[in-house]
Amino acid sequence: MRLRAWDLAMERGGRRLFSGLAFEAEAGSALIVTGPNGAGKSSLLRGLCGFLPFASGGFALEGGDGERTVGEEAHYLGHADALKGALTAGENLAFWAGALGGESRREACRAALARVGLAHVIDFPARALSAGQKRRTALARLLVAHRPLWLLDEPTTALDAAAQSAFAGIMQAFLDDGGVVLAATHAPLGLARAKTLRLGAAEGGA
Amino acid sequence: MTPALALFAREWRIARRIGGGASVGAVFFLILVAIMPFAIGPDLNMLARLGPAILWIAALLSTLLGLDRLFQADHDDGSLDVMINGPLPLELVTLIKCAAHWTTSALPLIVVSPVFGLMLGMAPEPLALVAATLAAGTPALTLIGAIGAALTVSLRRGGLLMAVLVLPLTIPVLIFGVAAASAASGGTAPFLTPFLMLCAISLFAVAAAPFAAAAALRHVRE
Repeated sequence: MRLRAWDLAMERGGRRLFSGLAFEAEAGSALIVTGPNGAGKSSLLRGLCGFLPFASGGFALEGGDGERTVGEEAHYLGHADALKGALTAGENLAFWAGALGGESRREACRAALARVGLAHVIDFPARALSAGQKRRTALARLLVAHRPLWLLDEPTTALDAAAQSAFAGIMQAFLDDGGVVLAATHAPLGLARAKTLRLGAAEGGA
Repeated sequence: MTPALALFAREWRIARRIGGGASVGAVFFLILVAIMPFAIGPDLNMLARLGPAILWIAALLSTLLGLDRLFQADHDDGSLDVMINGPLPLELVTLIKCAAHWTTSALPLIVVSPVFGLMLGMAPEPLALVAATLAAGTPALTLIGAIGAALTVSLRRGGLLMAVLVLPLTIPVLIFGVAAASAASGGTAPFLTPFLMLCAISLFAVAAAPFAAAAALRHVRE
């Protein structure tokens, strides 16, 4: 399995964000997208999900299911946590597990929450969780259904140091299983074998 | 649990917990029906004659109530991003969300509508038939409203615009709904013809509206 992109270019609001962008990520490797604010990191991820059009170029998940788009093969974690405040953390996870074709039994959700260190809040309404706890519940969504590709946008926002290193362990385990991670971030994620893709270097943040 | 069932269960749960669903819709319906005699006057014969139309207008407005949040809440918290690439096609997501919205907001109205018909001085016998016209017509209202909700998903104050977009499209439903309900509560016009037209509109909406709403969602969200 390999995520390959070639000659990608994107425009937002008449401004060219990036052009001639090419990268490859083999199974078991992570690609960290860095760059100043407004360099197009989030837009690149949303483009790979199919939410935004690229002006040129293309991308493919080689060795994946040819019937499905890259977005359908991927877990996308955006800035928003995709949690419903009225539901408990466990119900939120059980819904995503069911809706994404994963394992939605309560024990599976509890196990996923335990891996992000939140097993004790399984029956708390999501609106009562702190920002970091919401983010960790959102990260647990990556664990309740399998996708070979993770597209993560600032995954460690609001996480404390312990949760950041726990999440580094989760990502490393996923990579060791042959997954591919593409993460846009400003903070180092603490991964071995991670390549870096720097956006907006030419413009220099101008 | 299958993805479709999981989505329906979640929508149902959220509607029940947040409110703004079943109870508020029914209370809104009650208030609308209750203030009509103050505007029209206490003439019982006139109220009974206008009863079917009042019930239908009230049902139309209460169905649209809360429909603007049908997709917007999921758009705002990022859930829609995940659902779009999930195993369920977006058309089916739309249909399931409409079904959940209909069962939590329109179904209670239909159940209590005979009581409100009595409040308007209508004869008791045809009230079941009037409720049947509501049951046949409100799915079309929900589904047509879903198209408007999808078009205004990224607008901050989209509720009013949605009503402006949707209300003209609901005129056929209103015409045949009131015609059938009036025929049921007396008069010489036949009941079955407008009632079957009403069923046809709802069936057409079930078949077509999810595609329109899903296309609007994909297009608007760029």
